[in-house]
Amino acid sequence: MRSLAMLLPLASSEEGGGMETPSLGELFPPPFAFDGSNFFEMNRLSLVRIVATVVIVLLMWAGIRATRLIPGRGGGTFEMLMEFVHKQIAVEILGKEAGRRYLPLLATIFFAVLGMSITGVVPFLNIASTSLVAMPLLLACISLVAFIIAGIKSHGAGGYVKSALFPAGAPKAIYVILTPIEFLSTFVLRPATLTIRLMANMIAGHFLLTAFFMMTNYLLISGTSAMKGMSVLPFAGALVFTCFEIFVAALQAYIFTLLTSVYISLAREAH
Amino acid sequence: MNHLAEITGNIATVGYGVATLSPALGIGLIVSKTQESTARQPEVAGILRINMFIGMALVEALGLIGLVAGFLFT
Repeated sequence: MRSLAMLLPLASSEEGGGMETPSLGELFPPPFAFDGSNFFEMNRLSLVRIVATVVIVLLMWAGIRATRLIPGRGGGTFEMLMEFVHKQIAVEILGKEAGRRYLPLLATIFFAVLGMSITGVVPFLNIASTSLVAMPLLLACISLVAFIIAGIKSHGAGGYVKSALFPAGAPKAIYVILTPIEFLSTFVLRPATLTIRLMANMIAGHFLLTAFFMMTNYLLISGTSAMKGMSVLPFAGALVFTCFEIFVAALQAYIFTLLTSVYISLAREAH
Repeated sequence: MNHLAEITGNIATVGYGVATLSPALGIGLIVSKTQESTARQPEVAGILRINMFIGMALVEALGLIGLVAGFLFT
């Protein structure tokens, strides 16, 4: 990202004053509490996670309390989101009966991903807590365990391993190649791609916003008089990309939940 | 020695750009075909959309592996 400073060779009014550029170090801020103890060490990201969790739980609680025959505006939004997860994701893929059974899991994943990712555009939090590997990895592990359990429930342990690793209809000799590939793609690549997709999207979004705001700041503070006016452009870009980040957070929540339910449905239907 | 132009940095940065080329084509094809099919037969839009996302997950894995490889092999 250092090359961003090279894009603006005319912007600097004095020698040597380069633009600050975002770096990976931002994702690992210094701890502020319980420094030194490995387990309880807290930094800004842990704090953001805690805030996000509390807000999600409170909103869910308020949302459930607000459901009645004719819901108000808040209750209506909650019902709309819940119905989206229920109708568009769970029932659409898993069918009516199983969709209802897996709705709690899918809704938890959906709102966790949405809430944890949208902190990237919330003022004063300003970092998506899914942009470190821990949070996406945890969610992906939940998804992995969920679809393995779904498979074992409907085929039995041996039956599921057989259906997942030894797809029917292939000649015996092919299994030498097919089984490792199936194992890799089902039990390694699925959770890995879920993790990396979410994390990479959030990191890229954070750096994009940071770069735009730093450019605005730099042009406005240390640009020459003509360049000060140009700071409007990166600021407008930052506003547009803030909206885009909200969209990305919702899209990632949708894709994460959708893929989890697809994996569950594949594990249930495999034969 | 006279330099006409000079670039500093890591060539791995370009590597990720190359790694996204084929997944970009793949995702483009998947989405465009789904759009076409949905326009022809709107009643199967739901199934098509789900299959689109399954295919996208598989294709996108290539781009993501490219991203990880950049961190691994530098």
